[in-house]
Amino acid sequence: MIKVEAVSKSYGNTLAVKQVSFEVSEGENLILLGTSGCGKTTTLKMINRLITPDAGNILVNGKDIAKEKPEVLRRGIGYVLQNTGLFPHYTVAENIAIVPKLLGWEKEKIKSRSNEIIEKLHLSEKYLSAYPGELSGGQQQRVGLARALVTDPSVLLMDEPFGALDNVTRTSIRKEFKGLEELKRKTMVMVTHDIHEAFELADRICLMNKGEIVQIGTPKDLLYKPVTDFAKNFLASEKLSLEFKIISMDDIWDLIPSSEPVSATSLSSSVSVWDVMDKLQSAPSLVVKNPSGEQKNIAFSAITEAFKRYQKKQSHE
Amino acid sequence: MSENQQSLWQFMSEQSDKLLNQTFQHVGLTFISLLFAVLIGLPLGILIARKRKISGSVLAFAGVLQTIPSIALLGFMIPLLGIGAKPAIVALLIYALLPIIRNTYTGIVGVDASIREAAKAMGMNNWQILFKVELPLAMPVILAGIRTATVINVGVATLASYIAAGGLGEFIFGGISLNNTNMILAGAIPAAVLAIVLDGLLALLQNLNFKRLRKVLLVLPIFLLILSGFYLLPKAYGSSLTAGFTPEFMGRQDGDLGLKSVYGLKIHTIVISDAVMYKAAFEKELDVISGYSTDGRLKAFDLTILKDDQRIFPPYYAAPIVRESSLKKFPELEKVLNLLAGKISDSIMTDLNYKTDQLHQSPEKVAKDFLISRNLFKVSKNGKAGIVRIGSKIFGEQYILAEMYKMLIQGNTDYKVATKTGLGGTKICFDALVNDQIDFYPEYTGTGLLVLLQPKAEFAKQIAHDKDKTYRYVNDEFRKKFQIKWLTPIGFNNSYALMMRRKQSKELGVYTITDLKQYLDNNK
Ligand SMILES: Nc1ncnc2c1ncn2[C@@H]1O[C@H](COP(=O)(O)OP(=O)(O)O)[C@@H](O)[C@H]1O
Ligand SMILES: [Mg+2]
Repeated sequence: MIKVEAVSKSYGNTLAVKQVSFEVSEGENLILLGTSGCGKTTTLKMINRLITPDAGNILVNGKDIAKEKPEVLRRGIGYVLQNTGLFPHYTVAENIAIVPKLLGWEKEKIKSRSNEIIEKLHLSEKYLSAYPGELSGGQQQRVGLARALVTDPSVLLMDEPFGALDNVTRTSIRKEFKGLEELKRKTMVMVTHDIHEAFELADRICLMNKGEIVQIGTPKDLLYKPVTDFAKNFLASEKLSLEFKIISMDDIWDLIPSSEPVSATSLSSSVSVWDVMDKLQSAPSLVVKNPSGEQKNIAFSAITEAFKRYQKKQSHE
Repeated sequence: MSENQQSLWQFMSEQSDKLLNQTFQHVGLTFISLLFAVLIGLPLGILIARKRKISGSVLAFAGVLQTIPSIALLGFMIPLLGIGAKPAIVALLIYALLPIIRNTYTGIVGVDASIREAAKAMGMNNWQILFKVELPLAMPVILAGIRTATVINVGVATLASYIAAGGLGEFIFGGISLNNTNMILAGAIPAAVLAIVLDGLLALLQNLNFKRLRKVLLVLPIFLLILSGFYLLPKAYGSSLTAGFTPEFMGRQDGDLGLKSVYGLKIHTIVISDAVMYKAAFEKELDVISGYSTDGRLKAFDLTILKDDQRIFPPYYAAPIVRESSLKKFPELEKVLNLLAGKISDSIMTDLNYKTDQLHQSPEKVAKDFLISRNLFKVSKNGKAGIVRIGSKIFGEQYILAEMYKMLIQGNTDYKVATKTGLGGTKICFDALVNDQIDFYPEYTGTGLLVLLQPKAEFAKQIAHDKDKTYRYVNDEFRKKFQIKWLTPIGFNNSYALMMRRKQSKELGVYTITDLKQYLDNNK
């Protein structure tokens, strides 16, 4: 659990962060979104005291971080950087072992836990003895994540973790990231300037501008209930594709006509409209099943029709 | 050429003991000072990387230290630290400091900010960040600094022989003043090889990958310590008094060789430059030194000459030696130069030397005052009929003589004058004359005989005791061999002499060289 209360920070005359407050509950992923220079990184780094705020309080798991020893605080918080920050003179295994060693873990425990985490992140064990320079960008980013997760901290901070990757790697690693078991229970704050990334991964999004919070809410809130013109305009150009991504088959279930299924295999109704339409490119129709066991046969025309009606309904609310 | 190479080889094998000893001293000097430079420079580099505000001034200060000419720096050290190892090590350390501080600073500042941030974010404290992240990552740059410092030190360490700290400089500078090319090469080649080998080894180290580097860095300090230890190897033999002789004196028959063979003198001897020898004797760093009988510092430092009771230091004339081609080119030259012939006696020369060496008057003023007092001075005619080039060796007496000749030529002829003073030792000056870089310079008949002509030892013995015979012989030989003429002697006799502090000489009752030998034999 993280609680940020009226925190401000300025550099000389620039007020980088102005009176920012938010809460992240246990297991939640909050994403700080905004154009570059709006104060996201500054906000994030104040949580593990890489930057000291000028005013305000921050609590992590109920404790005021200002009263803790910075080194001790940081060892308990996972941190992932855009440029990985891997030590080039350490092997992958040594990189992963940094925090466990600082915490005084036994050798055996470090070894078994390193192997476990590396497997969960789909990295082959043979890379353990390699140096970061010998790995691809995507692999390096995984090692960076493994390093942050190896001690299973309850809180994870990430600053543009996929920012340095090429588009293809980025999309695939993001998908994988979403499914990682290790991350499900973590309280996370993640920084990005990529709207799609934010909408794909966030439980809630904190939209920032010029050091201030514009709006905090779920992706749907931001899309359908923007509180200011800035929020509305910020998403305008991407609105349609974002809608496809965040609206699930559950959301439009009632708007789809009932029909007899023609296939034995079926998709879960929690998938997004985007995913279903993507699959319909290679098949004329699909069967989707909702949590109560009802099945519907879905074709392209049916889904677009239902989507349009859903959109209309949202804008009237 | 092949004959030459062979004799170099011969020289090196004959002198292999000395050569080995000098090489060890050289390596030892280089690495002791390097060790201290690392011990001081590394923490300083780290400090200024942390406190960037003071980095500019610290680097500038180390930079200024490095621009002090090496000889001058060695000179500054003597009043503070005496002669021998200590001042040499400190001087070398000062030169090694800048590359080490600068590269440590650059290396640490150059560590990728995101890596440093990651280290901090994972909970490392400042010391952990320094030792686990910054220093290992800066190591290739730091090693490059150490490499530069090592190569500088190998070079500068050749100058250590000026202040009796040993090293390969003993051969190099001895060879220069004795006109012995083999001796120069026997010092210069090992020094160059040493520089190249150490440079190569450190380059290898610098390019190692992280894994290997880590292991090598554990061994490196031990390696440094062992090499530093070379300098502490025992010296030849000890005695109750210490002598300091110039490299030239060490190699001359009318020098150390004669002292050994004729007097059987066994004294702990260190090799030192003429420039600092007198002062070192005055400061009681040395007890016995080799000097010139007319040297002004004799008076200045209250030294006394030990009587040469077995006459191994024959007196010699000083006279200008001139290229015959120059005498043709400048018909009035010989007459003008001979204006000084017979005009300067021993005591006058000693007094003139005293004025420059101790009263710190400029050679120009001393020369002018003297010429005026003898009614020889004439205002310069500012002539433009060709340029006469005057050379001189690098000590006071030669500067004074060169100035006098300059004024005489300018006042009495229409020639222009260019002076090329400070031409190192005998060999450099004489080579300049032979190769038509200068027209004349003042030389001594003894040096002409024993250093430049180098006749067979028996023959030299026969004529060396007679200064007029020697003069005739060198004049004939120089005309034949080099087309160089000895003009009429200036008057004073210059010879080598052994000197002691007047007070000590009285206390010990040592007034002659034989006394000295007896004293040494009785006080082992
Ligand atoms: N160390 C610093 N010194 C001065 N200004 C800074 C510093 N760090 C950030 N800033 C300024 O603070 C503002 C917010 O920066 P940052 O939090 O890094 O933005 P974001 O991560 O959203 O791109 C920017 O205007 C930036 O220029
Ligand atoms: Mg940022």
